[in-house]
Amino acid sequence: MISSSSLFERRLLARDRGAGVLRKLWSIPWLFVLLLCAIAGIGYVALTSAGSGNPDLYANRHALRFGFCLVLMLCVAFLDIRLIAALAPVGYLAGVGLLVLVALHGQVGGGAQRWINLGPFQLQPSELMKITLVLALAAWFHRASWERVGNPLFLVPPLLLVAVPVALIYKQPNLGTALITLALGGVVFWASGVRWWKFAGVIAGAVAAAPLVYANLRDYQRARITTFLDPESDPLGAGYNIIQSKIALGSGGIWGKGFLQGTQGHLNFLPEKETDFIFTLIAEEFGLVGAVGTLFLLLCVTAFCLMVALRCRHQFGRLLAIGLGANWFFYVFVNVAMVTGSIPVGGVPLPLISHGGSAMLTTMLGFGLLIAVWVQRDLEFGVARD
Amino acid sequence: MRLPFLRGRREKGGVANFSMRGVKLEEERRRSVFTRRALLLGGLQLGAFGFLGWRLYRLQVEQGARFATLAEENRLSARLLSPPRGRVLDRNGRVVAGNRLNWRALLVAEQTADVNATLETFHRIVPLAEHERARIEREVRRRRRFVPVIVREFLTWEEMARIEVNAPDLPGILTDVGTTRIYPEGEHLAHIVGYVAPPSERDMDGDPLLQLPGIRVGRAGIERHHDQALRGRAGAVQLEVNAVGRVIRELDRREGVPGQDVEITIDTELQKTIRGKIEEGTSVVVMNARNGEVLAMASQPSFDPNIFNAGVSAAQWRQWTAGRSTPLINKTTNGLYAPGSTFKMVVALAALEARVTTPFERVVCPGHYDLGETRFHCWNRNGHGAVDMRTSLKVSCDVYYYEMAKRLGINRIAAMARRFGLGVDLDIELPGTRRGLVPTREWREAQGRPWALGDTIVHGIGQGFYQLTPLSLCVMTARLASGRAVQPHLTRAIGGRPVRGSRPEEWPSMGIPERDLRLIREAMWAVVNEGGGTAQASRLPGGFGMMAGKTGTTQVRRVSREQRERGFNVATLPREWRPHALFVGYAPHDNPLYAVSVVVEHGTSGSGAAAPLARDVLVDTFTRFRANPPGPRVADAARGG
Repeated sequence: MISSSSLFERRLLARDRGAGVLRKLWSIPWLFVLLLCAIAGIGYVALTSAGSGNPDLYANRHALRFGFCLVLMLCVAFLDIRLIAALAPVGYLAGVGLLVLVALHGQVGGGAQRWINLGPFQLQPSELMKITLVLALAAWFHRASWERVGNPLFLVPPLLLVAVPVALIYKQPNLGTALITLALGGVVFWASGVRWWKFAGVIAGAVAAAPLVYANLRDYQRARITTFLDPESDPLGAGYNIIQSKIALGSGGIWGKGFLQGTQGHLNFLPEKETDFIFTLIAEEFGLVGAVGTLFLLLCVTAFCLMVALRCRHQFGRLLAIGLGANWFFYVFVNVAMVTGSIPVGGVPLPLISHGGSAMLTTMLGFGLLIAVWVQRDLEFGVARD
Repeated sequence: MRLPFLRGRREKGGVANFSMRGVKLEEERRRSVFTRRALLLGGLQLGAFGFLGWRLYRLQVEQGARFATLAEENRLSARLLSPPRGRVLDRNGRVVAGNRLNWRALLVAEQTADVNATLETFHRIVPLAEHERARIEREVRRRRRFVPVIVREFLTWEEMARIEVNAPDLPGILTDVGTTRIYPEGEHLAHIVGYVAPPSERDMDGDPLLQLPGIRVGRAGIERHHDQALRGRAGAVQLEVNAVGRVIRELDRREGVPGQDVEITIDTELQKTIRGKIEEGTSVVVMNARNGEVLAMASQPSFDPNIFNAGVSAAQWRQWTAGRSTPLINKTTNGLYAPGSTFKMVVALAALEARVTTPFERVVCPGHYDLGETRFHCWNRNGHGAVDMRTSLKVSCDVYYYEMAKRLGINRIAAMARRFGLGVDLDIELPGTRRGLVPTREWREAQGRPWALGDTIVHGIGQGFYQLTPLSLCVMTARLASGRAVQPHLTRAIGGRPVRGSRPEEWPSMGIPERDLRLIREAMWAVVNEGGGTAQASRLPGGFGMMAGKTGTTQVRRVSREQRERGFNVATLPREWRPHALFVGYAPHDNPLYAVSVVVEHGTSGSGAAAPLARDVLVDTFTRFRANPPGPRVADAARGG
């Protein structure tokens, strides 16, 4: 048993050092890469439509950006998982640093300081932060035994790891992303074995504190909640987006109005159709069939993340995979729920489909890490300690 | 794949942690916890996706039809099309109110990079005044950038050509053609045809057409009375619009119903001829005595209705409304005068009908009439001697009518007056026409004053409280001449369909014995054509038959006894103190065709100023209609056949 195990380990090391690149290239999950390309392809079609049939407006830039991100993703996929784990604190500190930087010097976009201008790229540090937070938490928990995770003192540092960026993002102010970041931390905590009653306690506390939080929300945040509860209360103001989005979705019907035939989108009734409301445009032009088909492909990505997490033999990889999968899931769910009027509107794009670089860059970076986990899933790395 | 679904619980203080076996166990435990929790998360995520799918199904399938309708409502916008306004034609088909093409230059701000540069170039081609520039810039700022703003209206053909030639240098400028109301006869028919103006809040009667920019509604005269027929019905065009309201394309177009042409009874040439003969303060009405068609209706001064189209300046308005001369007022329907002696036929007929006298009874006129202490004078100080009814009209003896009035009482006089269209609503198609006043005992008592017998005496000769319009006097004359209760009217046809009333038989009889009417007509003939008649100087020239009529002279100031004793001479009075001169008449006397009434304000004497004018008017009328006498409208034949 022992010998076979060490033998296996040695074999892995050999694979790691020796034939290296080619073997790694072979073990890359190309089907998954193809899936990502298919999703980006849907984005290309939708953005062509958003540009009224002119791909130069959004779609071509989208394709170019995707190509760049694809290369970046594959580069990250080749990194050694141990190196990634070792660099996790650095990444985390860099993420927090960027958040602080954006708080001090960031571009003002949509009334909030969220963007940092990196020449050709506009980076939203809060997006990057989600990845680095997952990395940091995975690194923290990857050697922790069940016993250790049960120790409340052990949980204090990771709680701080979550609290600092969430507070910074909330201050921007960007309530939606702050909540998603918080939930992301929760998922990693949950997966690493934090006792369920602790979650129950925190949730109960949150419910009790909700009225207090509501009282401290900004006016526009409160308006989002009230217009979500009753969109018709302000049909030309804050409720306009929700109403027009639902009209566009509903009027698409089962088969849709056809490519470039969506009236809501092309006559500009649909707001932000190339970014946050791109899914609405797909649903209007390709109907329930197109929308559910797109949702299925997005679901496949989530499923792949789960599969990577379950197949991985080291805790770091598992936690990373489950965290990245949750990150992807939150993007998709919040965006689609938002455009269908199921949750309050918040500026969450649909990654790989929406026009915009920040979400795509961070998502693809995450998938690079995911593939790295997949490729090195059998590595004996980071056993539990008390 | 290894999925160890162990509970993973381990006793405390068991195997050493760093032993290989311990590590193994620990690893498996962690993994099993992770697996369970990851699968739970996966289940939750799958459920969330299921929820999204269900939301989409709800929206796109169950509520799809409703949202499809909403999307259509979003994108479709109905716009109204303004139909051309109907024309007003005179009895010969001449256009007296029409539509003229209005060439306009418009500016679409979004089609030019620099609005000011475009306007500057435009200014070099067609000069723009400073206030026009200010208005354009204001409108450009206020409206959305794709909405055209009018730069200049009423462009000439030459200006249009210059703009078109320079089109490449005028980005954002486009030209189009609308319509504007035009009155080719200007002031000659202004009082009859009226004018149009943009609708005010009060005009909004629910017709969506009135919401259209540039629409005009009739404000006076025929334009106002027949506004509904002239206006037509709005067409509609269905447009696809985007979220900010820009028109993407036209989907459907339904043309409106153009306004109907209204044909009026006026003869423009006659109207112009008459207007050429009269001075300020004079009004003339010529009617077809048989069917009530108004052939001419002249009131001096008048105004140019075309001015209303572009908007009346404050200075113009002051000029029109201030001062003694009132060009906006049609004196034939809104001027109120005492009828004077022209009223005597009504008193005579009332006396005959009430059998308070006979045609042969003679009343002695010593030049005055005494009632208690009060003495009422005849216009002829020397008296007319014994006069019967015929003579009393011919010489216009006042004393005869003082006596008749005393016998009749005021109310029987008033009743007969109303049967002749005096002091009643005449239903003519001119909004604002005054009804006038024919006093009765009750009317006076309603004012809190008793009716004195002396009042009745004065009202016997058409003086006193009477307030009558020249139009109603003409109606009285037409009814005397025809024996039928003809109503005055101005409309011959609407949209080519003749209106009722053009045939004499359509009007009911007055119910006055023909014998009585003949006597009155005979006396009116004598007024003009017999020696001693008050208008014998105004006979029609040979070849035009003979005219019958009655003169009237009404004081505008009371003549005092001192003046009378000093041998007062009206010719020496200041103009505005001189009496009004009236004449009513018809011709030919044996087969009446035309009735005429003339009022010359401060004309001094009916026989001197009004009767000759009436004669000239009738000569003009005969000359004008000699070729084709005004009968029923030709289209009647088609309808009958």
